[in-house]
Amino acid sequence: MSLDAGVLAAILAMAFVTYATRIAGLWLVRRLNLHGRARAAFDAIPAAVLVAVIAPVVLTTGWAESLAAIVTIVAATRLPLLGVVVCGVASVVAFRAGLRLL
Amino acid sequence: MRDILPALIAAIPIGLLYGALAAGKGLSVVETALMSALVFAGGAQFAAVELWHPPPPLLVLAFSTLLINARHVLMGASLARKTANYSGVQRLIAFFFLADEIWALSERRAAAAPLTFAYALGMSSIFWLNWVATSTLGAFAGSLIGDPRRLGADFAFTALFIGLIAGFWKGRSTAITIAASAVAAASAYRVLGPPWHVGLGALAGIAAAYAAGDAEAGP
Repeated sequence: MSLDAGVLAAILAMAFVTYATRIAGLWLVRRLNLHGRARAAFDAIPAAVLVAVIAPVVLTTGWAESLAAIVTIVAATRLPLLGVVVCGVASVVAFRAGLRLL
Repeated sequence: MRDILPALIAAIPIGLLYGALAAGKGLSVVETALMSALVFAGGAQFAAVELWHPPPPLLVLAFSTLLINARHVLMGASLARKTANYSGVQRLIAFFFLADEIWALSERRAAAAPLTFAYALGMSSIFWLNWVATSTLGAFAGSLIGDPRRLGADFAFTALFIGLIAGFWKGRSTAITIAASAVAAASAYRVLGPPWHVGLGALAGIAAAYAAGDAEAGP
């Protein structure tokens, strides 16, 4: 039930940055005219960031995580978000148990 | 408020999971709830929990949050024209709640009828309360459950991100971005260790999209 000063500072920094990204569009909309390469680079930001965050788990942790990621990717092509998460968790549990038996 | 219901239901397990993972990383219930209340951005919060270690790496967390939430700039720019009827203060309040789901639902509403501040605020405040409440519950439950690895819950956010990435799929350019980002991030993680993999991986993916974008556009 504690609130650490360092933790509070980190949360406030995250909150400040997030709010800045949310209202930046209001000012940017008048002067920003992205096209061509710059537009493609800007559009790529969400996927590039999300992939970078999970790449170590998927590629460098172990076989169970890599195999479960493949199952999850297949699930992501045909299921809603919630189903994707359930498939991912179930398959990582199964692969971890399976590989332990080998 | 029937419009917001599917998004609310989908967010419940995700909020619980965030709370449980945050508790697993040593954040207190108050800290977990406060992050949800003030930051209110699922992707950035999951990434922050993944990168979290004591003492919290403030600059790394702020940089990761900035990169992940950069998409808000485009979402806000798109909604700016549709909220021209808001007052200045109303805009500053409404845009605090600019989460992916709120943005998508606001855009859908704006396509059918003029978007009003009352409609947006009603929808946003329910979604925000739901997120803070489920995060808090998750933090309580998480400290009781203990190690989330046992239930495979540590993989849930990886699966969630894979699902979110699939939502950004736009064909060849996305494939190039993903490949560049994954290879660069995994290499950086091996060689330099965390948290460098986030920035370097993201920059590699963005650079690859920049290079590929020109090829697709032609001379």
